[in-house]
Amino acid sequence: MNEQLAYTIEVFANGLMAGVLYALVALGFVLIYKASGIFNYAQGVMALFAAMTLVGIQNGQVPFSNLINAIFGTDVQHFGWEVHSFLAIALTVVVMIALAWMVQKFVFKHLVGQEPIILFMATIGLAYFLEGVADLMWGSEIKSLNVCITGATCLPQGMNVWLEGTTYEALGYGFFIDNLDIVASIVAAFLVMGLVMFAQYTKQGRAMRAVADDHQAALSVGVSLNFIWILVWSLAGFVALVAGIMWGAKSGVQFSLSLIALKALPVLMLGGFTSIPGAIVGGLIIGVGEKLFEFLIGAPFLGGATENWFAYMLALLFLVFRPQGLFGEKIIERV
Amino acid sequence: MFYREAGDFSSTYAEDQQTFPIKFDRYRYYVVLFIAVVVVPFMVNDYWVNSLLMPFLIYAIAAIGLNILVGYCGQVSLGTGGFMAVGAYACYKLMTSFPDVSMVIVVILAGLITAAVGVLFGLPSLRIKGFYLAVATLAAQFFLVWLFNRVPWFYNYSASGQISAPERTFFGVNITGASTEAWATYLFCLMFTIASAYIARNLTRGASGRKWMAIRDMDIAAEIIGVNPLRAKLTAFAVSSFFIGISGALFFAIYLGAVEVGEAFGITKSFLVLFMIIIGGLGSIFGSFAGAAFLVLLPVVLKVVGVDWLGWPTDIVAHLQLVIVGALIIIFLIAEPHGIAQLWRVAKEKLRLWPFPH
Repeated sequence: MNEQLAYTIEVFANGLMAGVLYALVALGFVLIYKASGIFNYAQGVMALFAAMTLVGIQNGQVPFSNLINAIFGTDVQHFGWEVHSFLAIALTVVVMIALAWMVQKFVFKHLVGQEPIILFMATIGLAYFLEGVADLMWGSEIKSLNVCITGATCLPQGMNVWLEGTTYEALGYGFFIDNLDIVASIVAAFLVMGLVMFAQYTKQGRAMRAVADDHQAALSVGVSLNFIWILVWSLAGFVALVAGIMWGAKSGVQFSLSLIALKALPVLMLGGFTSIPGAIVGGLIIGVGEKLFEFLIGAPFLGGATENWFAYMLALLFLVFRPQGLFGEKIIERV
Repeated sequence: MFYREAGDFSSTYAEDQQTFPIKFDRYRYYVVLFIAVVVVPFMVNDYWVNSLLMPFLIYAIAAIGLNILVGYCGQVSLGTGGFMAVGAYACYKLMTSFPDVSMVIVVILAGLITAAVGVLFGLPSLRIKGFYLAVATLAAQFFLVWLFNRVPWFYNYSASGQISAPERTFFGVNITGASTEAWATYLFCLMFTIASAYIARNLTRGASGRKWMAIRDMDIAAEIIGVNPLRAKLTAFAVSSFFIGISGALFFAIYLGAVEVGEAFGITKSFLVLFMIIIGGLGSIFGSFAGAAFLVLLPVVLKVVGVDWLGWPTDIVAHLQLVIVGALIIIFLIAEPHGIAQLWRVAKEKLRLWPFPH
């Protein structure tokens, strides 16, 4: 098999995997946007916050320990216990639900009926706030995250040896793909299926879709907007947690996590803000596109690191021709 | 409320339309100008200029620029950092290519180049709006920073990838380079700030400003009453980028002296300037100053209180600052969407009637 072609296919596959992770973050955006019309810039920071909380709980860190130490002159760092991953995840979900409740109660309840752009700027403020709180709570150093099911069975690291072996025997070229990426794709697939099932077959899911369709009509048939919004923010928090675990396990829990999540924005522009399949497809296109562009054009001709801006430029070009994205609803404007 | 005073009569249209219709305000404005130009330069030292006054003046220009785009024309931009970088690198290239040209001309040319780049990235605004546009401007931010990082021509093939300003004088006084006097750099920046505020104020209350505001309030309706959205939006992008480019040039040449693009003009800078105009007041020139002053002052005050008085570690104070800024943004958006400028306006009106409001 042609070496160059094999390389390209490998880059393609890796791009797909990266795209899955972008799609994971983008999903959270879509959920909130559909139900409340809020474009949640803070989704990336929520992923960071969730991942940091998970690590903190797992390691038995005392929240706000640095601040407490600074104020009272004490020296507390750890509770001295380690929490099992499942319990830690459950606790983190509780934290994210509490966060959703607080966001609704203290921020967006007071901004109902404002222009979308004001809401957007409010989420930027929220992003700064959350980032500061996360750093104060758990400290800003880079943490490694590993989720273990039982003692030794953890999220896999490193590349998939089996895949490399088989492809080497069959094609004469061993493909290099991270185990973690494969797990992430499977988890993402289940997550999407779960979300779709939830939206289609449960009472709350139906109420959620009703709110997404028409606030006033939903209100008039007795759906509590407040509850639905808290629900949606909780779901987005949960998706953020999953994304945070995957990214965190891949490259450590650190601030750049929230920057990577910025990549979800072009994903959304490509896929359309209101479409869950759009988020997935958009994520895959961006993931593959930027890896292939970097490999074929960026690194040889443009001096590399084109991944920083390629996604945005692609989305920009795309928007000029199709402003509503691939799967978005047609934008109709009236005076 | 109609902000006029009894007994203050205007007999011409120009008098009626002036920026400060009340005598007291007008004289206060002259006094402030007088103090800033004549008194302050004799009193400042390096610390005051470098940590407070100069960042304030430079960010005020950037905030005025962004305010024209966001506050007056309603086009949200997250590319401020990238456009400031264009100004800085244009300034650097012009300074090194034409050593004999006056710094004033160099800075203005840098602004014009940034305006051209701004128009280029403003083109998508004709098709898309709202946060779609906000994300599109992120493309400008990341692309421009990458460009200045990767293309050696922009930093004259220097080994470190940094650009540093060579020494230049203005009326025989050093204003860039290593041996500058605090008062000279302060006055140089002040000159640009006053000119920018003057131009911006007069643009925004004239025909072009009204067109921008019409586009902001409802673009389709504006189009129907005869505002050309292409021209209105692109002029807003051009004027806004012009000011932002000037502030970027000053930020690099006068304030920092040496700049690494990703660090100085990253996305955090875009947000910083956006926060200035949200806190200061969208659609207000005074608000741009107030916001710039507030966000320049806040870290200094926090540092003095947190690190020097309470003895906390610096990183905790830095995190606390994030929390405070984020919370302030939300509080201002909820309680006072027109920012400090509106608070100031209300306070002034109340005080005019005080203590007998009826």
